[in-house]
Amino acid sequence: MIDGLRELLAEYNILAAFWMTIKLTVAAAVGALVIGTVVAVMRVSPIKVLRAAGTAYVTLIRNTPLTLIVFFCAFGLYITLGYRLGPQDSPIDVQNFRWGVVGLSVYHAAFVAEALRSGVNTVPQGQAEAARAIGLRFGASLTNVVLPQAFRGAIAPLGNVLIALIKNTTVVATIGVAEASYLMKGMIEFRSDLIYLIFAIMATGFVILTLPVGVLFTTLSRRLAVRR
Amino acid sequence: MSSPTAVLFDAPGPKARLRHLVLSVLGALAIAALLLLLIRALAAKDQFTAEKWQPFTDPVTWTSYLLPGLRGTLVAAFYSVILAIILGTALGMGRLSGWAPVRWACGVFVEFFRAVPVLMMMLFAYYVCLFGLQISGDYLSLYGVVAGLTFYNSSVIAELIRSGVGSLPQGQREAGLAIGLTPFATLWSILLPQAITLMLPSIISQLVVILKDSALGFLILYEELIRSGQTLASSKGNLIPTFLVIAVIFIIVNYALTWLARLLERRLQRSKRGLKPPPEDVELNPEMVPAAAEANALSR
Repeated sequence: MIDGLRELLAEYNILAAFWMTIKLTVAAAVGALVIGTVVAVMRVSPIKVLRAAGTAYVTLIRNTPLTLIVFFCAFGLYITLGYRLGPQDSPIDVQNFRWGVVGLSVYHAAFVAEALRSGVNTVPQGQAEAARAIGLRFGASLTNVVLPQAFRGAIAPLGNVLIALIKNTTVVATIGVAEASYLMKGMIEFRSDLIYLIFAIMATGFVILTLPVGVLFTTLSRRLAVRR
Repeated sequence: MSSPTAVLFDAPGPKARLRHLVLSVLGALAIAALLLLLIRALAAKDQFTAEKWQPFTDPVTWTSYLLPGLRGTLVAAFYSVILAIILGTALGMGRLSGWAPVRWACGVFVEFFRAVPVLMMMLFAYYVCLFGLQISGDYLSLYGVVAGLTFYNSSVIAELIRSGVGSLPQGQREAGLAIGLTPFATLWSILLPQAITLMLPSIISQLVVILKDSALGFLILYEELIRSGQTLASSKGNLIPTFLVIAVIFIIVNYALTWLARLLERRLQRSKRGLKPPPEDVELNPEMVPAAAEANALSR
C-alpha cells in the first residue's frame, strides 16, 4: 500500500490536478458572486420587468443540468460557433478552462442569488423602513443598509454554495480540463490494480478542500451575524 | 412570510411611479436588446436555418434519439431515488440510534459521501464494477450512475430524515416511550412516518437534483439525454439547436417536479397546522429547489 502510494505520487501530479480544482473554484466563485448579486438585486428591485427577468434566470438555470451548461459553453459557443475568450491564440485547453469557468459561474450564480435573497429576508423590516424614513432611495437603502446586512446574514448559505461549487468543478472534466476527477479517471484506467487507493486519495483531497471551508463559513456566519 | 419586495420600498408616489415606468421601459429595452443580440449572433452563425431545426419535426429523431435518452435519464433517476430513500432512511435512523458506535459509523458515512463529488463516486463505482467485479455489458454504465447517485443522495436524505425527526414535537417521542414502546419502535412507527411526510416536498425537490446529476453519466458512457443528444447532433450537425431542445426538456420535467413538491408542501401546511415548519432544506443541499421558498415567492 505504501509502495502503491509512492508509485502513484511519482507517476502522477496529483497536486497539480487539485491546484486546477482550486483555480476553477476561485475564478468561478468570483464570477458567480458578481452575476448572482446582480440577479439578486434585480429580484428585489421595485421594477417589475427586472424582477421577472431575475426570476426567469434563476428558474431556467436551476432546472438545467450543469453538464449541459458546461457543454453548451465548450462545445457550442467555443467549438461550434468559434467564440474565444481572452487572447485569441491561447491553446485549446486554456480556452476550455475559461469556458468551464463561465459555465460554472453562470450555473452557481442562480444559487448565489437565492442565498442572497434569503439573506435579504433576514434583514428586519424596520431596517429598510428606517432607511426610507431618513430619506434614502431604493438604491441607497439597498447598498448602504440592506445589502451589507444581507451579505452577513447570507454567509452560511453562501458557504454551502461554495462547497457545492468545489465539488461541481469536477463536471468540467467532461470537457477535458485536467482537474482532480479527470486525473482520477486517467489514473484508474492505467493503474486499475490500485483503484481503491486512488479513490481514497482523491476523496481525501476533496474532504481536505471542503471541510475547512465548511468550518470557516460556520465560524464566520456566527462571528459576523448581525445581533438582533 | 413577508415578501422581500415589500421590505425594500414604499408604495410609490407619482414621481416614483414615473421613475419606475422609465426604468421599466429601459430595463425591458436592455433585456430585449440582449436577447436580440444573442439571436442575431446565433443567426449570423447560421444556427436558425431550417436544415438545423428540421430534424426535430422528424419522428425518428424523437423515437431513436431523444426519447430513449430521456428514458435513460428517468430510469437512472428512478432507481437512484428508490435506493437512496431506502439507504437514506436506514442511515438517518442510524444517526438517531441510541447506540453510539452505530451513530458514529452512520455519521462518518454521511459526512464522507456528502464531501465527495458525485462524478468521482460515479467514476469509482463504474471502474469497480468493470475491474473489481468483472461486470461487463449493457448495464455496466447504469450500475455506475445509480451507485454514484445513490451514495450521495442517500446521505442527503439521511440528513433530511434526521432534521425532520428533530422538528417533530418532543411529546411525540415521549408519548411513544410512555406507552411502553422501545426507542426503536418509537422511531419506526411514530416518528419516522411523520418525519417522512413532513420532508416529502424536500425529498421530491431532491429528485430534481438527482435528475440533473444523472447527466454526469455522460462521462461513463451512459445513454442519457445529453449523450443521445450529442449522437444526434453529430449526425445532423446541429449541436446548438439540440442542446437548446434538451435544455427545454430538462426544464419542463424539473419544473413539473418542483410544482409537485410545492403542491404537496401546501397540502401538508394545511393539514399539519400545529407543526413547526420543516427546517431549511437548502442548508443540506444548496442545489435543491426549496419548495417552501418557492411557494412564498409565488404567493406574494
